[in-house]
Amino acid sequence: MTQTAPHATGAFVEDPDAPEYSAYGGDWSDIADEAARLAQQRIVVNMGPQHPSTHGVLRVMLEIEGETVTETRAGIGYLHTGIEKNMEFRTWTQGVTFCTRMDYVASMSQEAVYCMGIEKLLGITDDVPERANILRVLMLELTRIGSHLVAVGTGGNEMGATTVMTTAFVAREDTFRVIEMISGLRTNNAYIRPGGVAQDAPEDAVALIRKVIPQIRQKLDELADLQLENPIFKGRLKGVANLDLAGCMALGITGPILRSAGLPYDVRKADPYFGYETYDFQVPTSTDADAYSRVVLRLEECYESLKIVEQCADRLEQTAGQPVMVADKKIAWPAQLSVGSDGQGNSLDHIRHIMGESMESLIHHFKLVTEGFKVPAGQVYSAIEGPKGLLGVHLVSDGGTKPWRAHFRDPGFNNLQALSILTEGGQVADVVVAIATIDMVLGGVDR
Amino acid sequence: MSDSQDLTGTGAPQGGPQPGEREQITLINVREGMFGAQGDTSGYDLLVKPVEMPGASERPYGEWFDGVVDVLEELLGDDAAAAIQHVVVDRGELTLHIAREHLPAVAQHLRDDQDLRFEMCLGVSGVHYPADQGRELHAVYPMQSITHNRRLRLEVAVSESDAHIPSITSIYPMNNWHERETWDFFGIVFDGHPSLARIEMPDDWVGHPQRKDYPLGGIPVEYKGAEIPSPDNRRQYR
Repeated sequence: MTQTAPHATGAFVEDPDAPEYSAYGGDWSDIADEAARLAQQRIVVNMGPQHPSTHGVLRVMLEIEGETVTETRAGIGYLHTGIEKNMEFRTWTQGVTFCTRMDYVASMSQEAVYCMGIEKLLGITDDVPERANILRVLMLELTRIGSHLVAVGTGGNEMGATTVMTTAFVAREDTFRVIEMISGLRTNNAYIRPGGVAQDAPEDAVALIRKVIPQIRQKLDELADLQLENPIFKGRLKGVANLDLAGCMALGITGPILRSAGLPYDVRKADPYFGYETYDFQVPTSTDADAYSRVVLRLEECYESLKIVEQCADRLEQTAGQPVMVADKKIAWPAQLSVGSDGQGNSLDHIRHIMGESMESLIHHFKLVTEGFKVPAGQVYSAIEGPKGLLGVHLVSDGGTKPWRAHFRDPGFNNLQALSILTEGGQVADVVVAIATIDMVLGGVDR
Repeated sequence: MSDSQDLTGTGAPQGGPQPGEREQITLINVREGMFGAQGDTSGYDLLVKPVEMPGASERPYGEWFDGVVDVLEELLGDDAAAAIQHVVVDRGELTLHIAREHLPAVAQHLRDDQDLRFEMCLGVSGVHYPADQGRELHAVYPMQSITHNRRLRLEVAVSESDAHIPSITSIYPMNNWHERETWDFFGIVFDGHPSLARIEMPDDWVGHPQRKDYPLGGIPVEYKGAEIPSPDNRRQYR
């Protein structure tokens, strides 16, 4: 294997005669022994892109001596699907269905920040009805719980603790039951729309929320009991993948990693949106700055999110029957969805109205759905606290019905830059812990 | 219908003053036709309408904006007038248009001065405005101050033929990958970047996909006997 073209990561192997080892599972020590037998000091290991611990398709290039990592480089782009480019060819509303597929473990976060940006461009931020914002907060917090459970669960699984993963996924399924009942879909919901949400919560949604809260809390307790005092777990995570506050600030790290270094920065508190200032919740922090403290923080944040979900349930009861979309019919999606015998679709009442009763309604429906609405020219930046950190969006409008530019600052993309500093000088086995503690999702990283 | 705001039809508050009141900075696009679709029979097909970004603002800017601009101007000293080309306040957000050669100095002051203290640069977002002659490529840097809980935006414009901007990775190391991404997608060269390689596209990729003249791609799809063109070739509203 000779490479003459310039390479993103620099050619590790300049010597064409250098031996290559391919490993698909098995013990690392066997390979190390083989290398030692051949008197190789410096080994370059290519981990991924198809590796179960990489949360998608991440390629990690490791230079190691014995068991010690001396250099780490992350190669990304394997899941790049051009979502931002595609959004420039769809209406502002259709964009929701694209950006929800970026970080697919936390779909609602992208929808929320994107709609927040559109509303700022339109100047209708204050016109979004209260009930829509309650539903958004509910969805965002359920998503946060789900995302943290995946982070903790898969992190446990990668260290060989399958029970941690199954327990976490059972609890995550409970969040999906609520999300599915309200939005119709488990993930990739396209539920949060410019001006509000796609549809109101059904009547029995509050009852289901109240039913799943104790179930999720019990699973969280179980996860804490399983892990936090486990000597193997502590041995693998305590003092591993350290990143102090100075390192976090230099690398622009946000989310649980930044809070594990002691800075209580949370956009929900610093720059509240969707009425977060009216909810009672805490921002847990730690000063240990290691992988263990981040697992603790993620679990603690789940408990705080459950507190918010409880408050959302109360408020949903109080606001029953109120609108969930702005009153402006030039922006509001014309129909509420309903579930019929053939699945989810436009409500039959609405179809009857536009097809049989009102030509004007039909025209309005057609124009809004096919053409979309125009957004005044300008640019905005909006940011929310996603489960993984600060999630920002830069939107530019040319006054048309489609974004001129939509750029997402995925927290995983930014935080993955810390992989080198988290792993260099450590053990090979801790690379997996470091990837799990960053908790990026490659769909969001690559977009 | 000469006023761009009239076409929005959204009932939204007027985002910027009428054209002519503010000095125009960025030509976003030149829109043709009245209804967005090409080939309509209404006779308005020949309508050509430039769409401008909200123009430069005059003092007072409001909120904390004046204070930040004052401090920055004081720190830049004699270079202030050359460095800060325009100040725009729109939709409650502050945008500073910076001349590219002064970007590192501005970034350094924004990070280090205790009254500014923008600890984080939230990346760099490229935007391509093909109609904006000589300033086709824009790099937009959202800056976040955690100390003062503020956010502002730096904007640097360069031409396609000379798409060079000094890298600020030595000041904000977090921008390393973001600058690589913007090089990859827009072809803006960040001079001084430690390793300006493509990050999302393959290393041997030709072209910069997020530029407006780069096609979206895609193939026509047949559905129930009818052929639907790829998204960028469909007849559609613009």
